[in-house]
Amino acid sequence: MIIKPKKLIGLILLHTFLISVALSCICPLFWMINASFKTNEEFRNDYGLELAHEFNGDNYKRAIFDGGLGTYFLNSVFYTFITVFFIVIFSSLAAFAFSRLQFPGKNIIFFIFLTAMMIPLPAGFVPVYILLNKLHLANRIGYVMAMTNMGLSLSIYLLKTFFDQLPRDLEDAARIDGCSKLRIWWHVGMPLVAPALAVVIIVNSLTVWNEFVLASLMFTNAKLMPVQVGLMEFYNKNVIDHTLLMASLAIAALPIVTIYIIMQKHIIKGITAGAMVG
Amino acid sequence: MNDYRTKDKVINFAFVFPALLIFSIFYLYPFFYSFILSLHRSDGIFTYDFVGLAHFRDIFQDKAWWRSLYNGGYITFWALTFQNILAFSLALGVDRAIKTGKIYRVIFFILPVLSEIIIGLLMRTILLSEPGILNQWLDKIGFGFMIQDWLGKEHVLLTTSLVHCWKGFGWAFIILLAGLQTIPEQLYEAARIDGANYIQRFSKITLPLLMPVVSMVIVLTLLGTMQAFAMILALTRGSGRLTEVPVMIIYNHLRGNQVGLACAEGIILGFILVLISFSMFAFSKWVKEKS
Repeated sequence: MIIKPKKLIGLILLHTFLISVALSCICPLFWMINASFKTNEEFRNDYGLELAHEFNGDNYKRAIFDGGLGTYFLNSVFYTFITVFFIVIFSSLAAFAFSRLQFPGKNIIFFIFLTAMMIPLPAGFVPVYILLNKLHLANRIGYVMAMTNMGLSLSIYLLKTFFDQLPRDLEDAARIDGCSKLRIWWHVGMPLVAPALAVVIIVNSLTVWNEFVLASLMFTNAKLMPVQVGLMEFYNKNVIDHTLLMASLAIAALPIVTIYIIMQKHIIKGITAGAMVG
Repeated sequence: MNDYRTKDKVINFAFVFPALLIFSIFYLYPFFYSFILSLHRSDGIFTYDFVGLAHFRDIFQDKAWWRSLYNGGYITFWALTFQNILAFSLALGVDRAIKTGKIYRVIFFILPVLSEIIIGLLMRTILLSEPGILNQWLDKIGFGFMIQDWLGKEHVLLTTSLVHCWKGFGWAFIILLAGLQTIPEQLYEAARIDGANYIQRFSKITLPLLMPVVSMVIVLTLLGTMQAFAMILALTRGSGRLTEVPVMIIYNHLRGNQVGLACAEGIILGFILVLISFSMFAFSKWVKEKS
């Protein structure tokens, strides 16, 4: 294949543009990882701009065990896991009903869920926080419940539209065989919507893992803090220890980046679908 | 098989019930509750005095509140122009012309996936003049003249805006790219055969067909940026009033137990946002009908 010179110049210019933007995304992250392996003396000499001499895991050890990052991390894993579990169960039950079952008020209720997705509530965390305090739920349970709510609307919408596209033959067959609705939902419905469930799980995991505002209001006890709130605390305590800070940021970023690279197709699908609703 | 018996209806409704219950407690109730709270001077626990519309009056006279709206608007201006134009040109570049598009897509979207706190703290470490990582680096590559106190008084709002754009452009890019890829290739083929050049193809095919996606990205950028908060908190702590945004004021009032005031501010901001997004939609509909 021969490429015309004019086209070649165009391609080179295009790639220069794309590569420079891509570098602007990666370089700070790479710098962060690189600096996290340095000792503070090494860092003071080169500001983390030269490659680390060795993979020195000391900063990670200090951040996890002495700095409490380990606790924050496990808390986040806990909140994310439980919240996403509830979102998956509640939203798939509701989506199944919205798509397949009849009951009075069905369309209105679905419409309310949809509207909730579109109306911005910039200070929604204020009344939620007050409410949780009043109910004596300003704790792990309350947080998980409030976070479950944050993911519900979009998840129901995604799963409902997916259910709508599926043929009903399998469910009809199951019903004729005497399967109850609950068992049809679990044994027939859930496996069929698995691709949409993957999107729901990943997008919600990201939301919960990255949530900061409500968590920072609710958890003043360091033992309960998720990693985003913990990072702010950790930063304030170790402002001058730059390499330690970079290790703590790397720890918080690691699961997200890993999941993102493995599952990026699903994530992109979910984000696009979420935006298209509006 | 009569689906409409009462027992069936109850069972069917039970499927929706858990979701509806959580939703009512954590969305519907707070939504109305915040209107009531906004009329009261309350710390959320003990005191609860009716003050009518006093909070709204106070907010309109509060210079800090207007300043925060200005700051939010300033950042939004950069997000709408710089961020979205960058995202749009990247999306056009990656769309079909090149095979390596997938790699770029993965890289560009990595920043929106990371949390606002991580990005904020990372950029704070890089930009603070002590130790001045960015400045050191600029010095090394021979751009010493660009050295600034990036988070100092003069530049902090612009720096915050640019960091916000840097974190967000990948998101706009992904959505615009998805929109571009729904345009059928045949349209471009046909236009090419008819002798249309790139600019003609862009203005007659790409732009009109992409208009719904573009206006959606504009609205979502507006809503998202006016509500941005955690990244700015991590990056600048508000810098006095210099980068204080509306949600930061609301957050601080809530922490200071001025619950009613925080609710009133939330209502005003929400009202502004709903107004803007609705008029945007009406406007794009009007444009569509005109053409």
